[in-house]
Amino acid sequence: MLKLARRNFFLGAMFAIALTALAFAAAPKLTAEDAKHTHSGVMIEKAWTRATPPGAKVAGGFVTIMNHGKEADRLIGGSFALSQRVEVHEMTMTEGVMRMNEVKGGLEIAPGATVELKPGGYHLMFMELGGEPKVGTPVKGTLQFEKAGEVAVEFAVAPLGAKSLHGKGGDMPTGQDHGGHEMKHNH
Amino acid sequence: MAANTSLLGRIRLVLWGLVAIAAFVGGAIFLGHMQEAARQGASLPGAVRIGGDFELVDQNGDPYSSEALKGRPHAVFFGFTHCPDICPTTLFEMTKHLEALGPDADKLTVLFVTVDPARDTPAQLKTYLSAFDPRIVGLSGSAKQVADAASKYRIVAEKVATSDGSYTMNHTASVFLFDSSGTLVSTLNWEEPEETRHKKLQRLMQRS
Repeated sequence: MLKLARRNFFLGAMFAIALTALAFAAAPKLTAEDAKHTHSGVMIEKAWTRATPPGAKVAGGFVTIMNHGKEADRLIGGSFALSQRVEVHEMTMTEGVMRMNEVKGGLEIAPGATVELKPGGYHLMFMELGGEPKVGTPVKGTLQFEKAGEVAVEFAVAPLGAKSLHGKGGDMPTGQDHGGHEMKHNH
Repeated sequence: MAANTSLLGRIRLVLWGLVAIAAFVGGAIFLGHMQEAARQGASLPGAVRIGGDFELVDQNGDPYSSEALKGRPHAVFFGFTHCPDICPTTLFEMTKHLEALGPDADKLTVLFVTVDPARDTPAQLKTYLSAFDPRIVGLSGSAKQVADAASKYRIVAEKVATSDGSYTMNHTASVFLFDSSGTLVSTLNWEEPEETRHKKLQRLMQRS
């Protein structure tokens, strides 16, 4: 028992030393120039939504978010030109039951992580739609982050039933290429 | 001593008798259940019965009851129009499947039953369904009618509040496939390949 405790203490100490060494090794790389870019940089790619059936009051929004910053950030909401409100939701399927939950407190994007909001998982919920998204006519919007603040995006509109922006399901959205591709740095 | 033994023997005999009666009654009840399940068309002995009689209202505002399904293969799924993903996708996929079935599709009844009758009036269903195959029947009704139909189809349907005081719905998303005798033969889900779903529908039509 004592031997085990001693070994654990030894391991812990080694780990602490290794961590300290790593911290020192990493620190000098942060120049003054880098610091302002790496503080909180999120990059947005492949923002898209789908055409909705007539009379639809909601739509799902999908986007890929990369956090190039050194700190975790949170997607807490946003805006969509055709809807009153935007919430961050998660859809799950268990034993044939589809469940929808608001992601309370926002969706964390860890430093270095890429988080994909896609059908069947995390998504933006565009609520109280005031107009129909039309295939080929991108819709302006924003994403709201806790640290990076507001980031402008343009949502490409894929056809009804599309499973991805360019994937199969519906046909490819016509008359346009990628969705928004914006980068936001917090200075 | 001898009297004691014979008393114990008699008690034992009575107890065994009770066991035999219990087994007989239990067996009879079980068989009765199985027959009932078979009569009602459950696909497996002892399987949970899915489906049953209902009275609802279609997208044109006309009464629609389970009578309309007698003798017809049918696909039934529940959803709602304030649904961003799975419901429009299911309707879209069903539209494609109906097209792929060709003339057989006319023999299949496809029902989309709302789990949210408060917002999904027949008129709302009609507007919404205009984007899909016109053969898809949209069903609503009073809260009680819908709850009754949902319970017969063993549908989970629960309201979830959203932060603005509105709500969304959690619900069973599977599509149930019944043959013309009303027997549940399969289900479709959106995690399986389109080809698999198409084959299931083809088999359903061959069976019916």
